[in-house]
Amino acid sequence: MKLSEHAEEILEAMWIAIEEEGAAFYDPARMQLPEDDAACRELTAKSLVELRHGMLYFRQEGREEGKKTIRRHRLAERLMMDVFNIKGDEGDDKACQFEHLLNEGVDTKLCTMLNHPATCPHGKPIPPGDCCIEARQQGDLGVVPLTEFRSGQEGEIAYIQTDDSKKMQKLMAMGVLPGNRIILVQSFPSYIFRVGFSEFAIDTALAREIFVRKIER
Amino acid sequence: MSASAVTPDTPQSLRRVALVGNPNVGKSVLFNALTGSYVTVSNYPGTSVEVSRGNATIADEAWQVIDTPGMYAVHTITEEERVAREILLNEKPDVVLHVLDARNLERMLAMTIQLIEAGLPVVLVVNIMDEAERMGLSFDLSLLQQRLGIPVIAAATARKRGIEEIKTAIAGLGTSCGLPISYSRLLERDIAEVSRLLLGSYVLSRRAMALLLLQGDEEVSGLAAQQEGERYPALAEKVREIAFERRESFHLDLSMERKEIVTRLVRGVISLPDKRRETWGSRLSTLAVQPLTGIPLLLLTLYFGLYKFVGDFGAGTLVDFLEGELFEKLFNPWITNLLTGWIPWWWLQELLVGEYGIITLGLRYAVGIILPIVTTFFIFFSILEDAGYLPRLALLVDRGFKWFGLSGRSVIPMVLGFGCSTMATMVTRTLETVRERVIATLLLALAIPCSAQLGVILALLARTPGGLLVWIACMTLLFVLVGVLAGKLLPGEAPMFYMELPPMRLPQLSNVLTKTYTRMQWYFLEILPLFVLASVLMWLGKITGGMEKLVNAMTPLMQGIGLPKEAAIAFIFGFFRRDYGAAGLYDLQSKGLLDGRQLTVAAVTLTLFIPCVAQFLMMLKERGWKVSLAIFVFVSLLAFGSGYLLNQLLVTTRLLG
Repeated sequence: MKLSEHAEEILEAMWIAIEEEGAAFYDPARMQLPEDDAACRELTAKSLVELRHGMLYFRQEGREEGKKTIRRHRLAERLMMDVFNIKGDEGDDKACQFEHLLNEGVDTKLCTMLNHPATCPHGKPIPPGDCCIEARQQGDLGVVPLTEFRSGQEGEIAYIQTDDSKKMQKLMAMGVLPGNRIILVQSFPSYIFRVGFSEFAIDTALAREIFVRKIER
Repeated sequence: MSASAVTPDTPQSLRRVALVGNPNVGKSVLFNALTGSYVTVSNYPGTSVEVSRGNATIADEAWQVIDTPGMYAVHTITEEERVAREILLNEKPDVVLHVLDARNLERMLAMTIQLIEAGLPVVLVVNIMDEAERMGLSFDLSLLQQRLGIPVIAAATARKRGIEEIKTAIAGLGTSCGLPISYSRLLERDIAEVSRLLLGSYVLSRRAMALLLLQGDEEVSGLAAQQEGERYPALAEKVREIAFERRESFHLDLSMERKEIVTRLVRGVISLPDKRRETWGSRLSTLAVQPLTGIPLLLLTLYFGLYKFVGDFGAGTLVDFLEGELFEKLFNPWITNLLTGWIPWWWLQELLVGEYGIITLGLRYAVGIILPIVTTFFIFFSILEDAGYLPRLALLVDRGFKWFGLSGRSVIPMVLGFGCSTMATMVTRTLETVRERVIATLLLALAIPCSAQLGVILALLARTPGGLLVWIACMTLLFVLVGVLAGKLLPGEAPMFYMELPPMRLPQLSNVLTKTYTRMQWYFLEILPLFVLASVLMWLGKITGGMEKLVNAMTPLMQGIGLPKEAAIAFIFGFFRRDYGAAGLYDLQSKGLLDGRQLTVAAVTLTLFIPCVAQFLMMLKERGWKVSLAIFVFVSLLAFGSGYLLNQLLVTTRLLG
């Protein structure tokens, strides 16, 4: 379904208020929408939402559409942050513009490329798409940051993701090289991992930058 | 360690061997084994990292042995690594002894091939063989030697194994520089293109220079700019071009290729055990790093180590014996009698054996009070260090320290600060960012009492347990408060924490003693002159009446925090050494001039008060005058401010009578 950008933004705001904050409806005044808003009309005309006493309610189709929209938005945020390294307000801003391009299967491709992330950079959940469910069923455990490992879990280092080349070299000097076996020994209060016969302690920030491939045993 | 600074210039005839390798592979132990106990520790010129040098006789020839700070690769990142490489670059050692840990042979060989590739005269020492064998690893080192083309020696330097072989290899090293190492065709092409443009003369091979330039090594770029002169722009352009072609992946590609080379090198050299063997060390390590067992273990360590051993034994039993028995009862009366009978002049008598005499006061404090406390502390600290406990402590506290804008790494200077804050201030240089160093310096200056001070304060407040609690509460509160504020207010990025965890092992007595001895030696060279100086100034003050005036001038300040004016003397003492000041309070208490409340207020104010002169000088040296002065003013204001508030609080609440 092709919606206007403005309509998509309304759906997102509704999703957050209704699905995540538990409200029954969404007050269009929160977005400073005029009473007779074109995007609102577009949504009601497509039977996605219902306008009762000036408040917006989801219809079944609208809820689905809202989920997809919020998913695209948060995937766009991940892309800005993880791949393009655009952080903060600028990243949010760019994500807002970018999300509208993620139609017609582009979102699935992006999601697969980002390895089916479960949360956005702000820690909010990304509703899983069909591709995520499929990947999980196929047992494609994929590549995760070291922070996702359980203590005692063993894996193979896939890659290091950092924009700080000194940090990268430090990690490589410690034996954190793609292809090496790694065992997470402990995750609290600091991360301890073992490579070969050496043990290293690192903080959460560094552990997030080491990506490991899970090994099924 | 300015007292024993040694310049790197040594006679040309003296042959030199440099020890290089990762941190924690036993370089210093090997250094001690080669040189005997004779060590001169020096600052490396222009930096503040230490380099130890010592002399050895190897095959009837005199050698100088240089122990370098730990380095992970020839391409350097940290200050310490830079210094280590400087030595290779500037001092052109005749032999480079690469020491590595047998258990991590595969990982650490990456540096060996870099050293060989740089054309340096390398001897490889595969150290810590004993522990590797205990873990079930076995090695075919003659195969490795054949593949590398350099001498490879198995050693366990802590057990004196392999020392003779190492000496033989040093003496007999010919000019052969190891077998050539080749990379992929793509990388080889890049190397060739860059080294073609290197026409100057370098210590490292052109191949190694090319690789370092491609890795963006600033120092090496500077060196090349200097050597190539007007040819340099063309070289820089070439490097930029290749760097652009390979973009981000150059470091990774290079590391992966080296990893591959090493994998081929060690094939058939190492045989692994079928199953990972649990040693008692690894079990203890597990206990030490889990909060549930680690924190009780930490408290136990502190209780027995600091409180029982340093506090009770060092500051109690030993001080009572040395100060009380030897000095007060035997030595001081004897020397006073002797000298007063011998010297006719009253002023000289006063200077030597008077109330503030160099011998009766200076020497008594230095030897009778400070020596036993500091010695016991350094023994304790060296044991922790050798057992491999400190990195584990660091990871345990990292999360908490992040609140102060510090990483867990700072726990090492902090703990050392309980021994000697001056030495700890120097050690803050091992922290990665300037921000961390400043915060650590501030906290050391403010809230960490050194062992001498701690010993005296524990003894002082022993009879007022409430006072001790108030003192501990004040110190903890201010430490956390100032730490959190500093972490919030000082600009800069949050520190990152990474640390290698060396295996836990039983400390070796000889090693602990050597370390303690070296630290004691440094401590005494630094402080004994200050004790003498303090005595002289006090004496001057007394015979000129200046002291009286200073005490009077400080009286309002003392009254402000509810103390008798005699306490001013302790504070003036305190300026020369913090522990000296605490010892001054001890005198006041023995004379019955202070009650519980006053004692507590005085102890708190004095602990917070200006760091001792030595620490202040070290701050100046390490942090520069701006930061040091700011810390100085802040600490003084906070000390007296807190003293005032605490006194008001105690008076109103009548908490301590």
